[in-house]
This record gives sequence, C-alpha cells and structure tokens, in this order.
Amino acid sequence: MRGRFIQILVFAALVVAIQLLTKVTDSSYHLIQLTMTAYYSLLIIGLCMLIGYAGQISLGHAGFFCIGGYVAAFLTTHDLAPYKANYFVSVLARSGILTVRPGLYGGDLLTVQPWASCLIAILTALAIAWIVGGPVLKLKGHYLAMATLGFGIIIYRIVLGTTALGAADGISDVPPLRVLPGVDISGSMSARVMNYYVAWGLVIAGVFLLLNLIHSRAGRALSAIHGAEDAAEAMGIPTARYKLNTFVLSAVFAAIAGVLLTHYNGGIGPSEASVMKSVRYVAIVAIGGMANLWGSLFMSLILNYLSLRGYFGTYDDAIFGSILILIMLFAPDGLLRRSVIGDLKLLISGDVKEDGV
Amino acid sequence: MNIDLFFQYVVAGITYGTIYAIVAIGFNIIYNATGIINFAQGEFVMLGGMTAVTLHSFIPVPAAIVAAVVVTTVVGALIEILFIRWLYKPSVLRMIIITIGISILIRETALHIWGEGVRALPYFSGSSVSALNFWGVFISPQVIWVVGIGAVVVALLNIFFNYTILGRQMRACSYNRDAARLCGINAKNVVTFSFMLSAAIGALGGSIVSPITYVQYDSGTPLAIKGFTVAVLGGLGNSTAAVAAGMILGILESFSIAVLPAAYKDAIAILILLGILFVRPSGIFGTTEAARLKEF
Repeated sequence: MRGRFIQILVFAALVVAIQLLTKVTDSSYHLIQLTMTAYYSLLIIGLCMLIGYAGQISLGHAGFFCIGGYVAAFLTTHDLAPYKANYFVSVLARSGILTVRPGLYGGDLLTVQPWASCLIAILTALAIAWIVGGPVLKLKGHYLAMATLGFGIIIYRIVLGTTALGAADGISDVPPLRVLPGVDISGSMSARVMNYYVAWGLVIAGVFLLLNLIHSRAGRALSAIHGAEDAAEAMGIPTARYKLNTFVLSAVFAAIAGVLLTHYNGGIGPSEASVMKSVRYVAIVAIGGMANLWGSLFMSLILNYLSLRGYFGTYDDAIFGSILILIMLFAPDGLLRRSVIGDLKLLISGDVKEDGV
Repeated sequence: MNIDLFFQYVVAGITYGTIYAIVAIGFNIIYNATGIINFAQGEFVMLGGMTAVTLHSFIPVPAAIVAAVVVTTVVGALIEILFIRWLYKPSVLRMIIITIGISILIRETALHIWGEGVRALPYFSGSSVSALNFWGVFISPQVIWVVGIGAVVVALLNIFFNYTILGRQMRACSYNRDAARLCGINAKNVVTFSFMLSAAIGALGGSIVSPITYVQYDSGTPLAIKGFTVAVLGGLGNSTAAVAAGMILGILESFSIAVLPAAYKDAIAILILLGILFVRPSGIFGTTEAARLKEF
C-alpha cells in the first residue's frame, strides 16, 4: 500500500517538475501537447487494464473515445432554439440542463449544458460498451481482434458519413467545460497551466483507482483469467462478468478522455476514430509491457508527446508500426519491466534465451 | 426495382464478391498453414495493384501483372522469413500485433513511394464505357475478366491442393503439423510457401480488379476486413465455401446501396461480420464440431 503511494507521489512530482521546467525555460507552449498527452494517457491506462490485466485485446477503443467526444460536441453545439416550443425542450430548459450562449455568427444558441452533455456522453459510451461487450467478449484471439476492429470501423464510418456530425469536417466551436467554479477545461491561453494540472490530476486519480483495483480481489481474478480462463472459471470466478466490467471500465476511461479532449481542443474530427488511432493505443500498451500500468503510462507520455509535437513528421504511423513490430519480435513483454537489466546481461554474455510465450 | 436493374445489381455484387473471395482465400491459405490470421493480407492486394500500375508505363499489361505478382510474392516470402519464421510458438495476440504492424509498414511505404493518388490499370479489353449486352443486362468486359480469372484461380488452386506434392504437403500440415513433420515434410518451408502463394493470389486479384475499383495506398484495410468477413462467413480455412460466401457478401453489399447511403456500405460488411461472429462463428457452411477443434 505504501509503495503505491510513493509511486504516485513520485509521478506527481514529475508532473510538477515538467511544468516548472517549461516555466523556467519559458516554453509553456509545450504544455498544450502535454495536456493532450494526459487525456490520451487516460485512455491508455484504461486500455492497459483491459489488454494487460484482463488479457482481452481491443482494436476499437478509438471508437469509445469518439463516442464520448462526439456526443459531448454534438450536444453542446447543436442549437435547440428552433424547438423552444416543444414541451420536452422547454422542461429541459427550465430545469437548467439547457443553457443560452451567444453563437459565433450572432444570435443566441440554446444548447445542452456542458456538464450535462459530459454525463450523457459517458453514460452513452458505458451503455454501448455494455451492449457490445457482452457478445464480443465471448470471442477469443483473432475473432476478438477482428470484432473490436470492426466496431471501431463502424463508428468511424458513422461519424464520417453523417452530416449532422459534420462528416469529414467534424464538430468545432465546442464551449469550455466548467469542472469547478473558476476551473474551465478549454484551450484558452490564460488557463493553460491550470488545464495541465487538471488533466494530469485526472490521470493520477485514474492510476490510483486502477492500482487499487489491480491489488484487489477483482485484480487477482483478472490475472487468473489472463493466465487460464477455463481454470479461473473452474475456481468459481465469474469470468464473463469480470471481463465485461473491465471492458466497460476501459470504455468509460476512453469516453472521459474523449469528452475532455474535445472540450480542450474546442472540437473533434473523424480522424480520432480511425483504425490507426486504435492501433496506436494498443501499440503504446504493448510497448509499455502489457500488464504494466506505469510502463504504459510512461510510454504514452513520451510517444504521444513526441508524436503531437510533430517530431515524427510524415513518418508518424510508420514509426508506430515499426516500434510495434520490433517490440513484439524482440521483447513481447515490453521494454519497461523489471527483468530488463537481466536481459541486457544475457545479451552481452551472448546467451540467447529461448522465447516461449 | 425492375428486373433489369435487379440483374445489374447482381452482376456488380458478383464482381466485388470475386475480389472478396480472392482475399478470403489468401487468408485461408495462411490460416491453414500456420493457424494465424495475416492482418496484412489486404496490403498484398494493394501492393499488387500499385506495382502493376507502375510497371504498366514500361511494359504491356499482361507482363506488368505477371511482374507485379512476382514482386509481391517476393515481399510475401521476405515478410515470412524476416518476421515469422524464427518465432518459437508465438501467442495469437503476438501474431495479431506483428501482422498489424507489418500491414502499417507496407501501407506507409506505399504512401511514401506512390503518394496519395488513386491509380488504375487500363481496361484489359474495350474501355470504361464499353459494355456487352446480355438480354438487357449490361456487363463491362472487365467484369468478365475478373470473374473469369477468379474462376481459373480457384480451379487451379483446387488442382494444386489435390494433385501436386507441394499442395498435398500443405494440406497435411494444416491437418496436423506434427504428424506432417514426422512424415518428413519441412513445415517451415510450407509456411513460407503459404505466404508466397497468398501474396501471389492477392496481387493477381489486386491487378485485375484495379480498372474497376481503383487502387490507393490505403485500399488494403477495407479489403482485408471484407475478405476476413467472407472467410469467416464460409468457415475459416474452407476456400471453396469462401467463394460462395464472397458472392453472398458482394450481392448483399450491392443491394444495400439501393436502400442505404453509399457512405455506410463498408459498415454493412462489418455488421454481417459481427453478426456471424456472435451467432455462428463456425461460418454458414462449417460445422460447430469442426470449429471447436481449431485454434482461434
């Protein structure tokens, strides 16, 4: 228990140190990408839970990210003023769920409150994950990979082909989300430092939650499922329920990340739902070492930041593809793991270890 | 919908169905030899089409297609030798991720070589507007080429798997790899050959269909998904059933355009895939008992 607290404190100190570093070197523009990285990391740690601990691959998590982002973006930008006379809309307006704000082109927009849309978005993702997860998680191996990939592509096709969701342009002009009085999630210059801390604060809270989960009865059940599902079932672990709960949990993490990043960027586009995004998330979890929350988090921090800063240029996807292959060929347990030093010794002494997975 | 239009949709469905079936057969060959699904299968099709189009500016169409098939076959062999051959009993998850990585690499390489442009071979005979009139149904000559070559490929494969030593060795490996090895079959070479064969078939399919569907650096992934749908629909590993399943998916898809917006066309195939995976993962032509014995 104390070890966990120390790990989290060290990480929090790192987060603060990075912010101070950008302040000292007067390069606070780095915080924009670092904040976006935080939201992607939130998705990554949820996915790490699903892939690494429950042993279920998902190639469709960009889909859940987009369900969250798009529902929030649509509800907070869709003007309900023409339906004011509608009884249902007027009840919503009076109960404070709707809000009036000045539109970009003059006139007032009647839209859903950001906090309400945030809740609706997360609940939508939760419901969809629960409905899809039931049948999908009965599948194994290739079939599970293809089914989740298919789910991701369906979401991509829907957001790309629906004009109400902006088709290829996506949705823009999403208003800020007020988390607390005085704390808005938005891309404005003045709120940059605060947003950085809100985002990483959420990641730390998420890690804390997941670490506790991993070290609980549920976490041990999950690792039993990962090891041998039939044996776990025989020991009386309700495997289907645990797998579904983890799937839903990771989908909710993805949806929260989607909602908040959409508010932070002020918009969302269909590229967020593309297959390549889902593959990239899986790549980061794989590089982090699958069942290694901290490894995935650090790899997410490094790779997402470098990618968002544009260091990889036009080779962005190619680099993620290469990393994916190299890691899976030579270090299928990931780069960041305890035995890494022992492996280096082996490599130097020339003793090649037989790889039995 | 009048009867002429109905047949027009059927013909369009059969055309696409043929290419789906070709991709599915590629999946099946590798699955039978190794028990893994090669997520880069669609990239072989793209690579074949792109290479053929590029080579066509120097040499006539038939030679360009043959050369493209050879190039893709070499790529298939290289992939197997570099990334798969030396792995010792890799887990399914690991193989999925490796083949996905390979597909990304091929796609990105294609993007850097050829750019984002859409390309196509010229029509093998006639032009894009010429059509043969079969009792009121207009069929482009290219459709005849695609379906004809597709049929020849399937027939040749059947002969290959039933009457040649190498083909029978491949079948032996797919039934029981250890027993095949005990009989003196080099199982590793069989796997390499299965990658070459499925790359060759994919490249041929990509070349002959490119005048109709066009080819682009990223046209592999949708084809792979549909090919996989067809392979599962027919029952994984069963190439004859894949042909029938390809026709079913192609025709369903072509009629879906009549009802739904074309933007959702790809979603139809995936919904069918999800449906079949949830309800009957052994495929419509497979038996549940046989499916239980396979490793997914």
